[in-house]
Amino acid sequence: MTPNSGTGTSATRRLGVLVIVLVISLALFGLQFSAEDVVQGSTVRIMYVHVPSIWTAYIAFFLTAVCSGVYLSRRQRSLAWDRVAGASAEIGVLFVAVSLVTGSLWGRLTWGTYWVWDARLTSTAFLFITYVGYLAVRRLDGTHRQRARRSSVMALLAVLEIPLVHFSVNLWRSLHQDASVADPNAKVKLDGLMLFSLFLGLVTFTLLFVWLVLHRQRTMLLEDSFADRGLDVAIAERRNEAGVQ
Amino acid sequence: MSSVKSRRTIVVAVARKDLSIEWNSRILTNQVAPFAAIVMVMFAFALDNEGILQRVAPGLMWLATLFSMLIVVQRSFTVESADGALDALRVAGVDTGAIFVGKSLALMVQLFVLEVLLLATAVVLYGVEMTAVGLLEAFVTMVVATAGLGCVGTLYGGLAAGAKGRETLLPLLLLPVVAPVLIGATRATEAAFGSGGTAVSEGWPWIGLLAVFAVIFAVAGTVAFGPLVDE
Repeated sequence: MTPNSGTGTSATRRLGVLVIVLVISLALFGLQFSAEDVVQGSTVRIMYVHVPSIWTAYIAFFLTAVCSGVYLSRRQRSLAWDRVAGASAEIGVLFVAVSLVTGSLWGRLTWGTYWVWDARLTSTAFLFITYVGYLAVRRLDGTHRQRARRSSVMALLAVLEIPLVHFSVNLWRSLHQDASVADPNAKVKLDGLMLFSLFLGLVTFTLLFVWLVLHRQRTMLLEDSFADRGLDVAIAERRNEAGVQ
Repeated sequence: MSSVKSRRTIVVAVARKDLSIEWNSRILTNQVAPFAAIVMVMFAFALDNEGILQRVAPGLMWLATLFSMLIVVQRSFTVESADGALDALRVAGVDTGAIFVGKSLALMVQLFVLEVLLLATAVVLYGVEMTAVGLLEAFVTMVVATAGLGCVGTLYGGLAAGAKGRETLLPLLLLPVVAPVLIGATRATEAAFGSGGTAVSEGWPWIGLLAVFAVIFAVAGTVAFGPLVDE
């Protein structure tokens, strides 16, 4: 890669344009074309952002785990896998945050409270904290290889931890408090246009995620090579100062 | 057979090394245990009601355990990274799985000592009363929960060992992972204490959860510890 090249290619630019078009149409469908819910009124529109964002976060963390596994299992460990894992986790954390914020806003409007100690909410909060921790591990100092190895193990441990936390939180809630709020799993019949808007949201957010990951992992590549080259340049400068050739 | 035997020797040697360092420095008894006790006293200041204290004593006891555990884990890896001791062990070709098990065992012993002290504190300060079966249940809970905590603590302690800023990183990594232990151990101890009219028999399923946790992280730790500390 030449030093002055950006993070975009013609393919990512086309994808970017497509994502912009999709986001605009999602906004139109979500806010304008789709009808209000009989019970929830306009608050149902939060769903078109809320559900796609947690969906994207799950994809992101799944991708992080897969890339980390591939990184560790290959004999020739390629840092590219690590960078995709890291980029994916960063964007996953962003989308969990979006989903938690939109969810609590919806909860405030529908349940009258920002937060309930529901098993699913609590597990999602743990998911968020766990990957914030993962990102912190990536920032520990050390070589790129150390970073890659540590964070890959972390990502695989998270795969182990998340179901355990989910399971125990479920037990905790089910034994101690009957569901006192609207059941989020209740079968809701969505009308055609609402369902379409929701699917449009899923597609839009997934493509947005792909676009973000492509760019982010290339920024990481640039950061890594900058760090490597920065050291070489500094050594060369010191040598010049000392007059050693 | 000989490799199994030598592995066991390494495990025992590592555990004994950690414990004798602890014994000589007296950090656990002179600093960590008083810290845990003062946390229990602070809880009493914060809640300021004997009825409530008695009710929430199990949760407070385990919270104090987790907070103290953070310090003990830090300590367990400070002694390793200070003089590159862990690297020396690695260079000597010592099996990382055995190091993991040895360090986990040493951590478990220390945590168990702390928990016994905290249990006694809860009985004395919070007015907790237990039946004989309840005491047995509290004891089993402590053993099983400690097994899980020891493994997880060693695993994540090893991850953060030797890195700058690990003091602040460890709680962030460790606390979410041990949430199932806090949930399970607190519920089981509530049953043992009979807090809020809980029957002793209600505690055993939670001990099952703690056992699952311990087994999973014992296996995961033995496998993952090598790649983590490998330089």
